[in-house]
Amino acid sequence: MNKPIEAPFAADTANDAKARWQRDYSESIGTDRETANVSGIAVRPLYGPDDWAAYGQADPLGYPGQPDYTRGIYATMHRGRTWTQRQLIGLGTPADYNARLLGIMAQGASAVSLIPCNSVYRGYDMDSVEPELLGTCGTVIDNADHMDRCLEGVDLGRISCALNDPSPFTLLAFMLVAAERRGVPWSAVSGTSNQSDYISHFVANHMFYRLSLPGARRVLMDHIAFCNEKVPRWNPMSVVGQHTQQAGATPAEAMAFTLATALQNAEDCIARGMDPDQFLPRFTFFFDISLSFFEEVAKFRAGRRIWARLARERLGAKKPAAWRFKFHGQTSGVDLTRQQPLNNIARVTVQAMAGIFGGLQSLHTDSYDEVFQVPGEAAARIAVATQNILREEAHLTDVIDPLGGSFYVESLTDAMEEKIVAIMKTIDDAGGMYKAVESGLVQRMIGASALRFQQRVDSGAQTIVGVNAYRADDEASARPAVERPDAAKMQAHLDSFAAWKKARPAAVVAAALDDLTRAAEDPKANTFAAVVDGARAGLSNEEICGRLRRDLGFGQPLAFV
Amino acid sequence: MNETDFRPRVLVTKIGLDGHDRGSRIVAAACRDAGMEVIYTPPWQTIAAVVKLALEEDVDVVGISSLATDHLIVPKLMAALRDAGLGHMRVVVGGIVPDNEERMLLENGVRQVFHPGGTMDEVTAKIRAYALEAREAGVRADTEKLT
Repeated sequence: MNKPIEAPFAADTANDAKARWQRDYSESIGTDRETANVSGIAVRPLYGPDDWAAYGQADPLGYPGQPDYTRGIYATMHRGRTWTQRQLIGLGTPADYNARLLGIMAQGASAVSLIPCNSVYRGYDMDSVEPELLGTCGTVIDNADHMDRCLEGVDLGRISCALNDPSPFTLLAFMLVAAERRGVPWSAVSGTSNQSDYISHFVANHMFYRLSLPGARRVLMDHIAFCNEKVPRWNPMSVVGQHTQQAGATPAEAMAFTLATALQNAEDCIARGMDPDQFLPRFTFFFDISLSFFEEVAKFRAGRRIWARLARERLGAKKPAAWRFKFHGQTSGVDLTRQQPLNNIARVTVQAMAGIFGGLQSLHTDSYDEVFQVPGEAAARIAVATQNILREEAHLTDVIDPLGGSFYVESLTDAMEEKIVAIMKTIDDAGGMYKAVESGLVQRMIGASALRFQQRVDSGAQTIVGVNAYRADDEASARPAVERPDAAKMQAHLDSFAAWKKARPAAVVAAALDDLTRAAEDPKANTFAAVVDGARAGLSNEEICGRLRRDLGFGQPLAFV
Repeated sequence: MNETDFRPRVLVTKIGLDGHDRGSRIVAAACRDAGMEVIYTPPWQTIAAVVKLALEEDVDVVGISSLATDHLIVPKLMAALRDAGLGHMRVVVGGIVPDNEERMLLENGVRQVFHPGGTMDEVTAKIRAYALEAREAGVRADTEKLT
């Protein structure tokens, strides 16, 4: 008689299943390839119960929203509230930015970002730089009026705004002045000072590096203290792993450097008398998400539990809000290719999924054209659609930490944790992150990793489709002609700025600058409060940055090959 | 000139406002490892500073790395090099350059634009060839001046 359809496999009596698989595998594969991830962790062909240290324990992973937060920092994670979709925007004049902003807000965005022109990052006003460069990478914002124009028609008490705003945080100062003028209380203003991490700028993204190391260190502390007290819904500290990973650090190194930086800044805050339970809940993190899918998932899961441990044990925070590792992820631009550029949409999708499974709180997906230019509108729409598809079509958010419990993912999370902690120990032994970047230790590590990656690409050990493999006729048609900001509009912006500067009473400007100097010279004064006062009194970005550079030291990165 | 004992002199630098230096550092290291004399600077050089350094160091090739639109002022650099009598030097640009602006750079005398994805061997071979061109053009120009 036939056995019923649902009849099980007859029990396998052999208990040498693993050994038999090992034998079959070796016979079948012949010479196996050596596989390691970018962080240098060996990757085996198969993972099982023996590879996961906690396997067999009653609750080997804990639960979401509970320490050590391996499975996520909130009980509901993406099943409750999905991640915030925060695309970077910034181009041209304040009026150009405002039009783009109102457009994306009409589509439902409640969280925005503001990317200023590179001239602003470098601490210069528009009349001090080559005019060809103005507004080509971000919006030209040199005073409080410009910020007011950028945010015209936007309720500052309701929108959450991420400002790309390095030390001494002139953009936030301009925004607080704009809020004052509109009668919006600072207590209602919310958002994040992206780029407040001067250490990552010094090491890897020199574009944002303005003040000397000690000067930036002091102004950051003043900024955190000021915001904690006066702008309580503002996140003054965004610790950045993205810069170091884009500069060539491996995922494990980038996580280690970021956690070491966070530790440095937190210990600086404590040394200044601040309470970790007050300032740590306003610490946020910002990471790169590369194409190394499982490595990225493990990086985030490991980082989350290392931070919970550090926050509680080393920093002594008592409230769970202070232990939670809140992070924004951006898909890695370094992984995108100029060749066959539409393939980048597939790359961004995989990167975004790694971030989602890693448990991120907000996400920027790169546009496929970011290898040519600041994203064009059509490509930016696809990047947003990619997020919408992942969030609402693909059923990725139905289950919390869906990769949790995978033998591979758990083993890799443990291995990444071990690697990250080892790198952090090297830094701790060197006297902490500040000393380790001052001496160039971290820069050398990143340089070596960047070179190693390039050599793997050059040798073909790392395949890159369209670059060192599967080359095809280049789809030049997919590469758009790039448009730069309208020259006439930029000239009008320049003219109006010149008129504004001229109209200010010289005595008022001089007095405001002197106030900045007094704050810089008095170690008890708050330099960021003085920056806000200066912005209110009508100082420009360059005037504020220039005076503080004079008084606190000019930032020059270490440069070596 | 004997090509085997020819040692190219290359200036690797960044002009303008951007500070992303992963590309310039990797290319500088690759040129050094390929046996060239490399003069490397941090980012944010002015055009005048680059011209002065190129002159003082008597380089064959000036390599400009550009990630965030700084290539837009390379035509000004080309004009400044010509004005300083350094028209024989070859200028190459590496980084993020859109097609339409690549054409503009080539029309302004840039020898080649390197895009992401090239191997370091390809890049250094080209730089070596351009250095040889520049050295020969420089000798020719000097000879013409003497005669």
